[in-house]
Amino acid sequence: MKHTLSVLVENRPGVLTRIAGLFARRGFNINSLAVGETEDPEVSRMTIVVDGEDERIIEQVTKQLNKLVDVIKLNDITQDEFVDRELIMIKVCCDSSNRAEIIQIVDIFRARIVDMGRNTVIIEATGDGGKVSAIETSLKPFGIKELVRTGKVALVRGAKNRHNE
Amino acid sequence: MTEVRKVGDSMKAKTLTGAEILIRALKEEGVEVIFGYPGGQVLHIYDALYNEKQIKHVLTRHEQGAAHAADGYARATDKPGVVLATSGPGATNLVTGIATAYMDSVPMVAITGQVACNMIGKDSFQEADITGITQPITKYSYLVKDVRDLARVIHEAFHIASTGRPGPVLVDIPKDVAVSSTEFVYPPEFDLPGYKYIYNGVTAKLTQVVEAIKKAEKPLIYAGGGIKASRAHAELLEFAERINAPVTTTMMGKGAFPDDHPLALGMPGMHGTSYANYSLSECDLLIGLGVRFDDRVTGRIDAFAPNAKVVHIDIDPAEVGKNVQIDIPLVGDVRKILTSLLKQVTAKQHKPWLDTVYQWRREYPLKYCTTTDVIKPQFVIEEIYKATNGEAFVTTETGQHQMWAAQYYKCKYPRQFMSSGGLGTMGYGFPAALGVQMAYPESIVFDIAGDGSIQMNSQELATAVHYQLPVNIAILNNNFLGMVRQWQDLFLDKRYSHTRLEGNPDFVKLAQAYGAEGLRVERPEDVRSAIEQAIKSPKPFVLDFVVEEEENVFPMVPPGGSLNKMLGGSD
Ligand SMILES: Cc1cc2nc3c(=O)[nH]c(=O)nc-3n(C[C@H](O)[C@H](O)[C@H](O)COP(=O)(O)OP(=O)(O)OC[C@H]3O[C@@H](n4cnc5c(N)ncnc54)[C@H](O)[C@@H]3O)c2cc1C
Ligand SMILES: Cc1ncc(C[n+]2csc(CCOP(=O)(O)OP(=O)(O)O)c2C)c(N)n1
Ligand SMILES: [Mg+2]
Repeated sequence: MKHTLSVLVENRPGVLTRIAGLFARRGFNINSLAVGETEDPEVSRMTIVVDGEDERIIEQVTKQLNKLVDVIKLNDITQDEFVDRELIMIKVCCDSSNRAEIIQIVDIFRARIVDMGRNTVIIEATGDGGKVSAIETSLKPFGIKELVRTGKVALVRGAKNRHNE
Repeated sequence: MTEVRKVGDSMKAKTLTGAEILIRALKEEGVEVIFGYPGGQVLHIYDALYNEKQIKHVLTRHEQGAAHAADGYARATDKPGVVLATSGPGATNLVTGIATAYMDSVPMVAITGQVACNMIGKDSFQEADITGITQPITKYSYLVKDVRDLARVIHEAFHIASTGRPGPVLVDIPKDVAVSSTEFVYPPEFDLPGYKYIYNGVTAKLTQVVEAIKKAEKPLIYAGGGIKASRAHAELLEFAERINAPVTTTMMGKGAFPDDHPLALGMPGMHGTSYANYSLSECDLLIGLGVRFDDRVTGRIDAFAPNAKVVHIDIDPAEVGKNVQIDIPLVGDVRKILTSLLKQVTAKQHKPWLDTVYQWRREYPLKYCTTTDVIKPQFVIEEIYKATNGEAFVTTETGQHQMWAAQYYKCKYPRQFMSSGGLGTMGYGFPAALGVQMAYPESIVFDIAGDGSIQMNSQELATAVHYQLPVNIAILNNNFLGMVRQWQDLFLDKRYSHTRLEGNPDFVKLAQAYGAEGLRVERPEDVRSAIEQAIKSPKPFVLDFVVEEEENVFPMVPPGGSLNKMLGGSD
C-alpha cells in the first residue's frame, strides 16, 4: 500500500539531500516527492509518497525521518481525509486527422491544451493520481512523445493546520 | 567621562573574530582538551589557540588518530570529545573516526576548516564537501556561512551531540568566517524546532512492564551502551537485584553491570558466553535496556528469544522494533524509566531459573587449553586483568584480541572499556587510549591490540611520547589478521587468502624509535612480569606478545545461526 507523508522541514540548503540520502541509504523507495515553500518562508512542505507493503518499513521510514534535525513535523496522512493533486504535461502527436478526438479527451478530463505545434500538442492536466494516470492512458494510442509529472502534493482537509495538527 | 565610556563598553558585547568566537565558545561549553591537526584553512583558528591556557590542544600525527582520541576521551569522561582538522584531506581523514563515533553513539564535535565562502563549489585547492561526505555518519552537520551564526552553531552542536541519543556533530567553518568579526554573546539562543527527543516514558506502558515482571518466571535483562549514555548503572544494579534477573551486557554495555556480580552473564551473541546465549534462548521475559538488537547479538532473528515477551526501553524511537518485534516498547531515557520502575516493582525470586542459568555457567564456562610452551592470547588478557586488579581502562582494536578482551577482562565500572563495536574499526584502540589517558593521567590504560590493527595508527606513538602519555599497548601478535583467518579456517577450508601478515616490523624497535619502551614476550612464564614492567614504566610501553598463531575465538555462533547452536560452546 502506498503511504503519503506530509513533512514540514526547515527551508535550508541541503535539506532535500538529507531526506533523499536517508531513503537511499536505508534502502527505502520513494514513489514521488514534491517540495515547496509554505506560508512561512522558513519552512517547506514535502509530500512524499512511499511504497510500502510492509508496515514495519513505513514505521522505520517515519521514525528515521523524524530523527532528522531538519524535520520539524511529520504526518502519515494516508488514513486521513486529504486532497491531493498532481500535475501532468503530455506532448502528444497530433495532426488534422485526430485533433478533434484529442480535444474531446481533453474536455472530458477538464484538461487544457497549453501549446500547439505543427505535429504535436502539449496537454496539461491536474488531479489526483488516478485521474492523471487515466488521461495518460487515454492519450497513449495517439503516441506520447514526452511526458512529465510533478509528483503528488497533498493537504489534510478541515481545520487542522501545521500549528495544531 | 571615563566612567561613562566604561558603562557603554560593558553593555555592548565585545567584537571578536570567528576564530576567537570558536575558542571562547568551546571554553563556555566546558571543553578542556581538543585533539587536532593544523592546515591552511584553520590557520586563524590555530592562531587563536596560540598561548591558549585553558584549553589544551593535543597534536596527533594523523587526523584519524585525533578523531579516535576525542572519541576515547568522550567515552571515558562522558563529555563530548572535540576534534579539529583542516579542510580537504584533513577533513576526509576524520571520516573513519566520525563513523566510529556515530555507530557507537559517542558524543563528539568535529570542527573542520573550509575554503572561503566565495571559493566553495569551485573545486578549490583542498576543498572537500565534508558536510556532504559525513551526512550519513553524523547526527547533524553545519556549514557556517556567516560569522554571526557561529556562536549559536557551536552551542547547538554541543547540545545535539550530548543530548538524546548522543552522536557526532560536524561544524565546517570557511576561512573567511574565521577571520571576520562580530559581537560575541554566550550562550546564544537555540533555533532547533526539529530537534526532539523524549526523556520520560509513557506511564501506561510502565504498568505493563511491572505486570510482565510479576508474571515472569525466567526473566533476563539485556543491557547495552544506553545504560552508560544515561548513567543508569546504579539503577540497573538495583533493578536486577530487586527482581533477581540475570544480566547479559553487550560489548558496548560492558561495565554497565559489574562483570563479577553473581547475576552477571557476560556478553551475549556471536562471541558471547554459552550461558548468556542459552538464557536468551530460554527466557520468558527479555528486558532490553539501551540496546539496539544488533545482528552480532541476535543471530538468526526468528530464533532469537523465541519464548520471551520482549520489553525494549530506548531513547531512540527508531531503534524500537527495528530488528526485533517488541511486545512492550518504552521510549525514553533508561535511567528515568528505571527510576520510575523501581518505585513500582517489588522484590522477586526465581530460584529454579537462576539454578538452571548457574548450572549452565558452571558446565559451559569460557575456556581455552593452556600450554606451557606457547602463550595463549586469552591467558595474556587474564594476566593483565590480574595485574591491574580489574581497575585499568581498557581500549581495544578490532579482531580476535578484541573479543578475548571482552570475554576475559572483567569490568567493574561503566566507562572502563572502550571498543569500536558498531563499525569494528581496526586502529581505534591506540589513539582512543591516548584520549583516555589525557582525561585520566594517573590511571593505568591498556590498549589490547592485534599485530594488524596496531599498524593502522602506530604513528601516534609520537603523540604518546610527546605528551608523556604512559599508555600500555599489549599486542597479541599472531602474525595474522586473525579474525579473518578464523572465518577462512571455519568456513572456507583454511584457504588463508592474504591474511598472513608477512613483513610485520619489530614492534620493540618501532617503539624505541619513537622513544617509547618495548618488550617482546615469547614464554608464558614471562607474561606477568612483562605486564608489571610496563605498568611501572613512566613511558608509553609496547608489549609484543608472541601468541599461538591459529587460536580461534570460541564460543562462536556462525553468522546467521541461532544463538543456542554455538561452535565450541558446550563441548
Ligand atoms: C568483530 C566484532 C564482533 C562482535 N561481537 C559481538 C558479540 O558477540 N556480542 C555483542 O554484544 N557485541 C558484539 N560486537 C559489537 C556489536 O557489533 C554492537 O556494537 C553491539 O552489540 C551493540 O551494543 P548495544 O546493543 O549495547 O548498542 P549501542 O551501539 O551501544 O547503542 C546504544 C543503544 O542505547 C540507546 N540509548 C542511548 N542513550 C540512551 C538513553 N539515555 N536511554 C535509553 N537508551 C539510550 C541508543 O538509542 C541505542 O539503541 C562485535 C563487534 C565486532 C567488531
Ligand atoms: C579498518 C578495517 N579494515 C579491515 C577490517 C576487517 N577486519 C576485521 S578483524 C581483522 C583482522 C585484525 O587483525 P589483528 O589486528 O591482527 O587482530 P587479530 O584478529 O589477529 O587479533 C580485519 C582485517 C576492519 N575491521 N577494519
Ligand atoms: Mg593478528
